[in-house]
Amino acid sequence: MLCQQCQRVEATIQIIKSIDGVSSEYFYCAQCARSNDELDFTLEPAFSLHQLFSSMLNQNMLGNRELAKSSKLQCSSCGLTFAQFSQVGRFGCSNCYTAFTEKLKPLIKRIHASSSHPGKVPQRVVGRFKAKQKIDRLREELKVKISKEQFEEAAVLRDEIKEIEKKVDQGTTSS
Amino acid sequence: MQEGGPDLDVAISTRVRLARNVGSYAFPCLASDTDTGEMLDKVKSLFNEQGAFTDFKLWPMGDLSSIEKRSLVEKHLISPGLLNGSSNGALMVRNDEAISVLINEEDHFRIQAILPGLQLEEALVITNELDDIIEERFDYAFDHNIGYLTACPTNIGTGLRSSVMLHLPGMIMTRQFKRLLNTLSQVGLMVRGLYGEGTEIVGNMVQISNQVTLGHTEEEIINNLHAITCQIIEQEKSARQMLLDRNRMGMADKAWRAYGLLKYAQAISSQEAISLLSDLRLGFDLGLVKGIDYGLLNQMLVIVRPGSLQLIVGKELDHKQRSIERAIQIKEVLDRYPDRRIESEDNE
Repeated sequence: MLCQQCQRVEATIQIIKSIDGVSSEYFYCAQCARSNDELDFTLEPAFSLHQLFSSMLNQNMLGNRELAKSSKLQCSSCGLTFAQFSQVGRFGCSNCYTAFTEKLKPLIKRIHASSSHPGKVPQRVVGRFKAKQKIDRLREELKVKISKEQFEEAAVLRDEIKEIEKKVDQGTTSS
Repeated sequence: MQEGGPDLDVAISTRVRLARNVGSYAFPCLASDTDTGEMLDKVKSLFNEQGAFTDFKLWPMGDLSSIEKRSLVEKHLISPGLLNGSSNGALMVRNDEAISVLINEEDHFRIQAILPGLQLEEALVITNELDDIIEERFDYAFDHNIGYLTACPTNIGTGLRSSVMLHLPGMIMTRQFKRLLNTLSQVGLMVRGLYGEGTEIVGNMVQISNQVTLGHTEEEIINNLHAITCQIIEQEKSARQMLLDRNRMGMADKAWRAYGLLKYAQAISSQEAISLLSDLRLGFDLGLVKGIDYGLLNQMLVIVRPGSLQLIVGKELDHKQRSIERAIQIKEVLDRYPDRRIESEDNE
């Protein structure tokens, strides 16, 4: 394999870096590895976040067969395919997040070491957002009650969930 | 950039930006010209109606010359991406250039505040207020699990990138900087050179920013960066003190040589000028050079760059012409500060 940086000399040094649980591999010739020593990983000029990210998708996460299968996935809204996304590292529209959701979950977890957003919420969706959070919480409680065979309490929770869902559908919780 | 601000001797500036998109349009990279045009029209009507934007200008990217755009990149008001981006890209910027909104770049909106010194909280408040105003008119793409949706998944969640530009000659000279780099990546912070992603360190200036945008609240992200920046500032100050204690004469000599070269050079490259400005700035910070101020230092930091220089001169120049013109411009600025006012500490 040729050195990833100069593309001229045979790579003799392999560097594995792990940042925030995201690991990536680099192959350098001795000279480029030495020259990189002065620069930290994050200052490496030939390196961009998008590159890291698409290489993560291609090499680390998916086997070849699975990649081929997932490449056929396409966003129904903007037409972007998963293969295109994994090359450019950018989505075409907000619906892409829904279209590729299953593939994205592990990826997002790897980039951010988290999969939920505790921060700011647009005013328009505050009500809806809080209702959804409440439903999620009640569902968890419901599972616990059922596993403990506390069916009466479970029924109360089930009704409460239904009630909130009905409100969300009618749009009365959204501001 | 505005003048003044806390911790100016180490923290040059603070930048906070929020990435936002509108759910009903494709992201700018895939959107049709009709869609981005419609977006821009809506922004224009918001701009014309809202009292909040009275001291703002709206610049459609198509109306700007390549020199003007380059100068905006140098001032961190647009990113290099918008240079070749959608024809409906635009910049809405307050007259003092502290607050701006980029339209139709990588994301539909990039809301930004740049303040002098270390002012993360203040910058977040400003961007949040602007975000609220835009949100009244546009239905943002938002997911209840992963927050604000952005073109690149590295920005989802808060869409918040906060960064501070630090001048760290002390840590670099005392070789503590490399150790700092290793530590920072462990606490989720990114270090970059003067011009963002993939740029080298010039003039001992680095940008430190949050890497992760999802999983923490905006306040947590800002507080983390603030706490670590304060530690770096303390370390930088003690490194400077050590240099001063060991070699006061040498430090003064370095600063005054930089002043001399900046004032009397007949041709000077951007890189050399920035690195001399770093030496002069350090001399001023340490009280070894008096009679100048941060306004002057920051102004020079802008005019030495190719785009801004050509904008001042008003025409395109080749490399050699730029070096000559740069030397002239620097001298002109420094001439406004008479030599007798600029004193070394012994002449007090």
